Amino acid sequence: MKWFKKVGWRHAVGVVAVVFSLGPILFVISAAVNPLGTLSSSQIVPSGISLDNFTKLLRDTDFGQWFLNSVIIAGTASAVAVFVSALAAYVFSRRRFRGRRTGLLSLLLIQMFPQFLAVVAIFLMFATITDYWPVIGFNTWWGLVLLYLGGALGVGTWLMKGFFDTVPRELDESATVDGAGHAQVFFRILLPLVAPVLAVTGLLAFISTINEFIFANIFLTDSSAKTLSVGLWGLVAAEQRNTNFGMFCAGTLLTAIPTVLVFQLLQRYIVEGLTSGAVKG
Amino acid sequence: MTTQLGGPATRALPAPEKKVAPEPRDRSLASQIIKITLLGLVVAIAIWASFPLIENKAWIGLALLAATTAALLYLYLTPRHIPAKYLAPGTLLLIVFQVFPVLYTASTAFTNYGDGHRGTKQEAVVAIQTASVTQVPGSIEYALSVATTGDPATGPLVFLITDPATRAVSAGDAGGLRKLDPADVTVTSAGKVTAADGYTVLTFGQASLRSKEITALAVPVDGGAIRSSGLSRAYEGKAGRVYDAGCDCVRDTTTGKTWTADGKVGAFVGEGGDRLAQGWKVSVGFSNFTRVVTDPDISGPFLRTLVWNFVFAIGSTGGTFVLGMLVAVSLHSKRVRGRNLYRVLLVLPYAMPAFAMLLVWRDMFNKDFGLINTFFGTDVDWLGQPATARIAVLLVQLWLGYPYMFLVTTGALQAIPAELSEASRIDGAGAWQSFRRIVLPLLMVALTPLLISSFAFNFNNFNAIYLTTEGGPFAPDNPANGATDLLITYTYRLAFGGSGAQYGYAAAISIFIFLIVGTISAIAFRRTRQQEEVYA
Repeated sequence: MKWFKKVGWRHAVGVVAVVFSLGPILFVISAAVNPLGTLSSSQIVPSGISLDNFTKLLRDTDFGQWFLNSVIIAGTASAVAVFVSALAAYVFSRRRFRGRRTGLLSLLLIQMFPQFLAVVAIFLMFATITDYWPVIGFNTWWGLVLLYLGGALGVGTWLMKGFFDTVPRELDESATVDGAGHAQVFFRILLPLVAPVLAVTGLLAFISTINEFIFANIFLTDSSAKTLSVGLWGLVAAEQRNTNFGMFCAGTLLTAIPTVLVFQLLQRYIVEGLTSGAVKG
Repeated sequence: MTTQLGGPATRALPAPEKKVAPEPRDRSLASQIIKITLLGLVVAIAIWASFPLIENKAWIGLALLAATTAALLYLYLTPRHIPAKYLAPGTLLLIVFQVFPVLYTASTAFTNYGDGHRGTKQEAVVAIQTASVTQVPGSIEYALSVATTGDPATGPLVFLITDPATRAVSAGDAGGLRKLDPADVTVTSAGKVTAADGYTVLTFGQASLRSKEITALAVPVDGGAIRSSGLSRAYEGKAGRVYDAGCDCVRDTTTGKTWTADGKVGAFVGEGGDRLAQGWKVSVGFSNFTRVVTDPDISGPFLRTLVWNFVFAIGSTGGTFVLGMLVAVSLHSKRVRGRNLYRVLLVLPYAMPAFAMLLVWRDMFNKDFGLINTFFGTDVDWLGQPATARIAVLLVQLWLGYPYMFLVTTGALQAIPAELSEASRIDGAGAWQSFRRIVLPLLMVALTPLLISSFAFNFNNFNAIYLTTEGGPFAPDNPANGATDLLITYTYRLAFGGSGAQYGYAAAISIFIFLIVGTISAIAFRRTRQQEEVYA
């Protein structure tokens, strides 16, 4: 009884939480290996094991292409976003200039406007762009990447500024004395020091981009141009909801694999980075 | 020899410094090359981008492009304006792809822009007249050949029509109809034009590819228009409704009823107050905003949605935080073995793709074959009743969000020195007291900014609702506003829903959302700063 009061209740809470967390995931796994592949026949314990859903997904849909599109779009967008916000965070942290406070506050404010309500304006804008420069228009990687980059500064400028602030100024001052320019201080001294937070911001940006649905759904209408979220959503839309459920769950699991891997790899950094303020979007 | 050797030897001390000194120049040479390459790339892209602008005579766009390029070149070649060099890339993207669309949207909040109010008054008049053209008994039927003055696939379309009685051929487009010289055209006995000077007659295949455009083309003639009926016949129909510039009104030729233009609402209004569907875009001032308050059909649902929106945002944030903290505090003890395993397992929901898991949850709540009803042996229509649907979406949010709160609380707990709670224990505080008085306040300092951004995020959490309940269930008398609708999903339906787009009104609500979230966040951030001063 004393053990329960000291330690046991902690395990009890932990086990209940794990059950709550894993229940739906177990259901997804079991539905993915369910040989019938329908929602109505899916249970939390699989009735049989087969890889039919996976083979069907890879054979009958453009899943491989969707995966590639998602990884390239989310990868490019998050990498550029991290770089661009690191640049901004550097001057916000290290330089005093007119409009600094205003700039920081406007960044916060602009994020508060629900950007996707501008979807009509964005649609009209990209319709024109598609006419002029089809390479960066609808159904292309670049079009969507550019659109996502519109929010690049919001991704991590504040978070990174906080990290830059913790790096002692003496470091860059001494480098300046040794003759380093502002670009050298940034690239050679500060960037390597804040590498963990770059990784975390990049990962967060990657996750939120790969989950983005509204704009991708409007931008990508060709099946070969779709991202995972748009493609998978199409699998369970309307009447196919019941029949394609197994395939959908198989796709969900495949989508999760890279994220889970990177997550476990970066877990230490993530806890540290998240505490400094960021929301999964 | 010794002196000769000694010379360099004494200078050997500063030598390493000399070696260091040229290095920045080396690097700066390399960086110069990179810089010039990048700037060259910018110029190349600008030149590439300018061709379509020149071709389409988009001079404003071209001027903006040239000005931006020049500004960038100046900025990166001058040694001054260092902060601007670092802010320019992100700011440029921000302005073009975010600020501009948002401002454009905000400006539509003061107009009636939407379905039926898209273009100018002139366009509305043409649309009304052309839409009212019908084939009346006695309409003349023509043989039709579709031609173009340009490329068969993309060139502007022209109708070549042959009068059944005189065999005279006329060419018509949206600008009107004009007769062709009989010497210039070759007509078959059926009246089909096979060749005409200055025109390319489309083959049947080419024409059928553009059948949509052909159906849409109306050649205006006195009192009506000539339209196609199929690809080889056309008829001259009578416009049922005609615009009369004298009274600035539209008159129905059969009934004689008139609709007078009203510039305030951008529509033709009849005596009984009824409007024609085709109107035009006008500025309506603040009426989109006042409508939210004054129109009882709107203010009722709006207020209900607003209240639920707050419940949802606070419930999601608070629920995930309390559960996440509970688990984190429970597992934050050296006596608990397997903490790492717990952590790996608990974080899994966070790493799953959220959009997919929302859809999975939607299907788990399915009444007929969802997991939850089968598993618990219940028969509840979870997403079909307002109360259970609300509980369901909050539960889904809890599942998706608490691992994140667990992670951050764990991180924050590790940052609190253990000595603090130990000291309070020695001073006689119980476990609960030491948590309540020592740990919790410190946690709140670290986590309040996070909770605020989580609140702001959940306030507009479109996916959480749209991918699960789509805002439903809907009351039978109000299909525009459901029980789990957030302001943002409600707005989305107004703007893009099936019952006619109302972009202006939707934009007005977006501004409301922006003001609400912005104000709350500003107040909360200010309070956090005071809190930090107290505890720090």
